[in-house]
Amino acid sequence: MKNETYILERKDFPTLLEELGRRGYRTFGPTVRDQAIVYDELESVDDLPAGWTEEQDGGKYELRRREDDALFGYVIGPDSWKKYLHPPRQKVFSCAAVDGLITIDDPEPEEPPMAFLGMRSCERHAIAVQDGVFLDPGSADPAYARRREQALFIAVNCTNASETCFCTSMNTGPKVDLPVDLNMTECLTPDHHRFTVRAGSNRGAEILEAVPTRPATEAEVAEAERRIDEAAGEMGRTIETSDLKDLLYANLDNPHWEDVGARCLNCANCTMVCPTCFCTTMEDVTDITGKSAERTRRWDSCFTWDFSYMHGGSVRQSSKSRYRQWMTHKLATWQDQFDRLGCIGCGRCITWCPVGIDLTKEVEAIRNSETVEEAHADN
Amino acid sequence: MADKPKLAVWKFASCDGCQLSLLDCEDEILAVAGEVEIANFPEASRAVIDGPYDVSLVEGSITTPHDAERIQEVRAQSGLLITIGACATAGGIQALRNYQDVKEMFNVVYASPHYIETLETSSAIADHVKVDFELRGCPVNKMQLVDVLLAHLHGRKPNVSAHSVCLECKERGNVCVMTAHGTPCMGPVTHAGCGAICPAYHRGCYGCFGPMESPNMPALTSWWKGLGVADADIRRACRSFNGYAPAFREESEKYD
Repeated sequence: MKNETYILERKDFPTLLEELGRRGYRTFGPTVRDQAIVYDELESVDDLPAGWTEEQDGGKYELRRREDDALFGYVIGPDSWKKYLHPPRQKVFSCAAVDGLITIDDPEPEEPPMAFLGMRSCERHAIAVQDGVFLDPGSADPAYARRREQALFIAVNCTNASETCFCTSMNTGPKVDLPVDLNMTECLTPDHHRFTVRAGSNRGAEILEAVPTRPATEAEVAEAERRIDEAAGEMGRTIETSDLKDLLYANLDNPHWEDVGARCLNCANCTMVCPTCFCTTMEDVTDITGKSAERTRRWDSCFTWDFSYMHGGSVRQSSKSRYRQWMTHKLATWQDQFDRLGCIGCGRCITWCPVGIDLTKEVEAIRNSETVEEAHADN
Repeated sequence: MADKPKLAVWKFASCDGCQLSLLDCEDEILAVAGEVEIANFPEASRAVIDGPYDVSLVEGSITTPHDAERIQEVRAQSGLLITIGACATAGGIQALRNYQDVKEMFNVVYASPHYIETLETSSAIADHVKVDFELRGCPVNKMQLVDVLLAHLHGRKPNVSAHSVCLECKERGNVCVMTAHGTPCMGPVTHAGCGAICPAYHRGCYGCFGPMESPNMPALTSWWKGLGVADADIRRACRSFNGYAPAFREESEKYD
């Protein structure tokens, strides 16, 4: 297995996609659509967002031209790999009544394996979080497990960070530190445009052997490291995580929840774009004769009334209670449930909140209000 | 065949678009006709069978004294009464009259206004009689309409969600037009059901399905102001097909 760092020149980058195609992968990655960098199926390198980047802030996303032709010179868009591994809608089973017997058809569609090109470190951590949900032996989701097992991860380290990034606070980036099949860093100057590449698995190594590369020099490896370090220094947001659980548990009745509840639209965008949010609901449909039925699982959100509906009413009636549920789950109760944080610091919930609600600032507001209370108590 | 549930479709003040949605089901309507007896649907057939009816679909709003009486008769002969569309559930676009002096308007519009007998307001069916289920939309989503009928036939819950359009946008893979394009969008306060059609074509949501379950209007309109939307435009956006639905109406009145 090739386990050192290699150089893939930009001019040879198309061979990587060709090799993935030869091996039967459908390749998904970043592309420009509708004024954003989204994930979609890639036909060729020409689909990549060459020369594009973005500006992000609370409730704002704007595509911008770069001064160079970097292929991965953006940070992250609205999509995450969740939409492929844990799709918004998934058929669970269909059943039919035939001669008085009910037959159940459990779908196991043959899907070609997927290759995810351009995975960021925080996104790899998000997949690890969802693995904890969907691969748990007690409640494993076979469809997720199948897609996950087949999927090939080609990570590209961040060499830029956005205003809404805080992966360094969450220890989830920007340098890829969880297993991936190939791990790349894009290095671009007026003189060269190349990628450092390391294989992290046998299948990654086989692909790497099939594309034209050469061993990287120490200086080239150092350049890649320096670029990742620069991204680490560009984080637009921070969050203090050491006391999060205790802080939120001690503040379930903090008046600040009213404040954020008054601003929150309850639209559920934060949960839709969050790469770790995993909640779903079931929809049953019947055919016209009532002789066959189908069950579909679709994304749901703790911001909807139906989500906590129990015989006669929704448990979480108020906006503040729904926002508190979401944030305390991400940052506190998730730790009890899964022994880790549910947030990976990608900032999508901040950027794609239509009214720019920022969980890092909401945590800060709660922390500061506590400090104020302590100050009052001391006096 | 007498065992098949009897279905009636009623029209009040409306454009007929929601009834047309039912006819527009084409493939499904024939199959539905096999399971229910379409007993009273003048838009589809001249053959009318007398009531009572197991299920009544009611389109349109109440705008005349005559219709205010007629809806009572419809209610009396209906088992399940389902209102369909923005007119029936919120008064419709014609509820714009509720903000005007109706007499002054019809004196201007009609050559012989003394023939006109009308009410001061256009109101939702639920303001007059008990409604068992409201299906939103201008027009309704035909697949939701079929689903509601089938759900009733087979004794299951209809798949009609009252959350925001945003969930449908994300399911469809739309890029948020408000966040990425700065386009004012009613989606975050609007009831799902259309499948997020307008944002898929880079337009803001017009609110055709009316207010969602927990609309936070002030939070949305104050953000719109930040996007540079004029007060008069906020008022117009809130005051369209569902402009008399309480949440939209109250917000529009702040911008009068």
